[in-house]
Amino acid sequence: MPNTAAPEEPGEVHPERPPRALARGGWSRAAGLLGLVVVAVGVAALSIAIGTRSIAPSDVLDALVRFDPLNDDHLIVRDLRVPRTILAFAVGGALGLAGGVMQGVTRNPLADPGLLGVNAGAALAVVVGIIAFDVTGVSGQVWFAFVGAAVAGVLVYSIGAMGRGGATPVKLAIAGAAMAALMGSITSALLLLDSATLDQYRFWAVGSVANRDLDVFGPALPFLALGAGLALASSRSLNGLALGEDVARSLGQRVGWSRAVAAASVVLLCGGATASAGPIWFVGLTVPHVARALTGPDHRWLLPYSMVLGAVLLTGADVIGRVIARPGELEVGVATAFLGAPVFIAFVRRRRIAEL
Amino acid sequence: MSVLALRVGPVSTRVPARALVVSIVAAVLVAVGIAWSISVGVFPIPFTDVVGELTGLRRSADSTFIIRRLRLPRALTAALVGGAFGMSGQVFQRMVRNPLASPDILGVSAGAAVGAVAWIVLRDGSGPTVTFVALAGSILTVLAIYLLALKKGMSSYRLVLIGIGVTAMLNAVVAYLLTRAELFDAQRATIWLTGSVNNRGWSHVRPLAAALAVLVPVTLVNARPLRALELGDDTARGLGVPGRSPLVLAVSAAALAAVATAAAGPVGFVALVSPQIARRLVGPGPAALVPAGLVGAAIVVYADTLSRLVFSPIELPVGVVTAAVGAPYLLWLLVRSNRIGSGG
Repeated sequence: MPNTAAPEEPGEVHPERPPRALARGGWSRAAGLLGLVVVAVGVAALSIAIGTRSIAPSDVLDALVRFDPLNDDHLIVRDLRVPRTILAFAVGGALGLAGGVMQGVTRNPLADPGLLGVNAGAALAVVVGIIAFDVTGVSGQVWFAFVGAAVAGVLVYSIGAMGRGGATPVKLAIAGAAMAALMGSITSALLLLDSATLDQYRFWAVGSVANRDLDVFGPALPFLALGAGLALASSRSLNGLALGEDVARSLGQRVGWSRAVAAASVVLLCGGATASAGPIWFVGLTVPHVARALTGPDHRWLLPYSMVLGAVLLTGADVIGRVIARPGELEVGVATAFLGAPVFIAFVRRRRIAEL
Repeated sequence: MSVLALRVGPVSTRVPARALVVSIVAAVLVAVGIAWSISVGVFPIPFTDVVGELTGLRRSADSTFIIRRLRLPRALTAALVGGAFGMSGQVFQRMVRNPLASPDILGVSAGAAVGAVAWIVLRDGSGPTVTFVALAGSILTVLAIYLLALKKGMSSYRLVLIGIGVTAMLNAVVAYLLTRAELFDAQRATIWLTGSVNNRGWSHVRPLAAALAVLVPVTLVNARPLRALELGDDTARGLGVPGRSPLVLAVSAAALAAVATAAAGPVGFVALVSPQIARRLVGPGPAALVPAGLVGAAIVVYADTLSRLVFSPIELPVGVVTAAVGAPYLLWLLVRSNRIGSGG
């Protein structure tokens, strides 16, 4: 049973089976990306148009262009659906992008953005916030989650970078998994000792984009933007790292620096996303695999594809989650995995997936 | 590295000396841990009495019942569960050549979790029925993942990806069930999800021991190709590893994890941490299945004892403490390893 990752072997070569991509050549990749963006815009439009309360498409359009503060329908579109769509879009894109970067840095197909301990740190901080500072409601939890995510990310990276050799993929992966388990165990200990906290925590932990105003997650948006910029800027150095540490270094790349920048982008992206929507790990783990099958292993294409695909997946799942459980809603964390997984499985079965 | 050759009649095997030493030390640690675990509790029993009772040398009527009926089965469950997780984790990490791989990639714990949580939340189930439902859940999930990955032969990369997909789906179901549950049920389900050996009696130990008695030898016998598999699929085939042998190995290792999960819940982290610790103690080369199993057993036994000591009189589930015991040690080993390559 074979080739998932051989982290310490520089540049494994399979001359007889090059990674096949659906979109080959710069133009077809660009066209594919454009097509995905169009799909994403369509999904966003659906997300604004569809909801628990049925509002005619013309009214939705009116709410966006000729806003009437006295009209209930207009208020719903403006104050609930638009922020929610922006949030789903941003979170999905951030998680997809972070997943692509994380799998590139660790060269491990099982790596998800939470591997840097970001999700576990955010969860622990939220639980501590509920217990120690009586933080209820989303707006306070956002800040605790973000601080927890950042602290955990920095901690994991520093531990992984200790010792000679710096932050090698294997050390990062193990340090991340160990720290995540450690923080997770503290979280569950606190939860088991205090059932009132468990009652609040379980609704944060499921992952949701509902009931979050623009001023709740607004502060996270600059972090997401900064993270996205760093991530996209490091796509070239990730290509170098993919050849193996020694080759990258001999090509004149500063390996430690590239890894640190990429890790920082993951902390910003995943921390911001987790803070605003709770821990959603399916997107970051699976979307890069689909993107890799579409584009091949070049991170300059892989990362933008991952970002747009992530946004489409999360927003689309959120729309469907609103429709299928009427009059209730399916939380987006549940809907993403539950609707995305069958698609992902079918995709994996049909194609020969490009290996990392 | 020095290697001992053991020969019993026609059967012979090579045992690396360092792996042997690690195994013996770990086994002694497990034995001491079991005795310690038995001596700790609301009614403390002196260590010497425990040893006397277990070896049959010295018996006192008032502690026999507590030792034999209450505490020994619990300690044995912890040891067996830890051993099964450790060995199973080692097989998967070596086979897939990925330190993040665990029996979970075949959906063992996700399947068990859906079964157990659904049973607890929807049917108010408890006790031994939860064990059976969990076992059924993991068997069905492993089968489903395997069948979905089967297409013109088996590629382990596809297997891993499909495992990720199915696991994600099942975890979503668990999260959904938890938000829809009564708080009391959600709490019981959370304890199960953390992994616990509270109130485990002989009715748990016997089936677990019987299953391990079959699965451990099967795993060990089929582990021979592991070292070749580590060099990659193609190389292994070139070295003459038959295609079927990894399959038997994967099934027996998944079954080890499944019975352990059914008995104690998905005890956090043991399958991931014990192979890593064993690997760093034994050094590169040997497959180190037995050391990994013994390290796993030691972790769970000591974690269970500590959880009762530290938080007394509350009994936290053992899964909370396994990570607190195993993770710092692994991190220390990781930081201390100063040669490039020994980090892997």
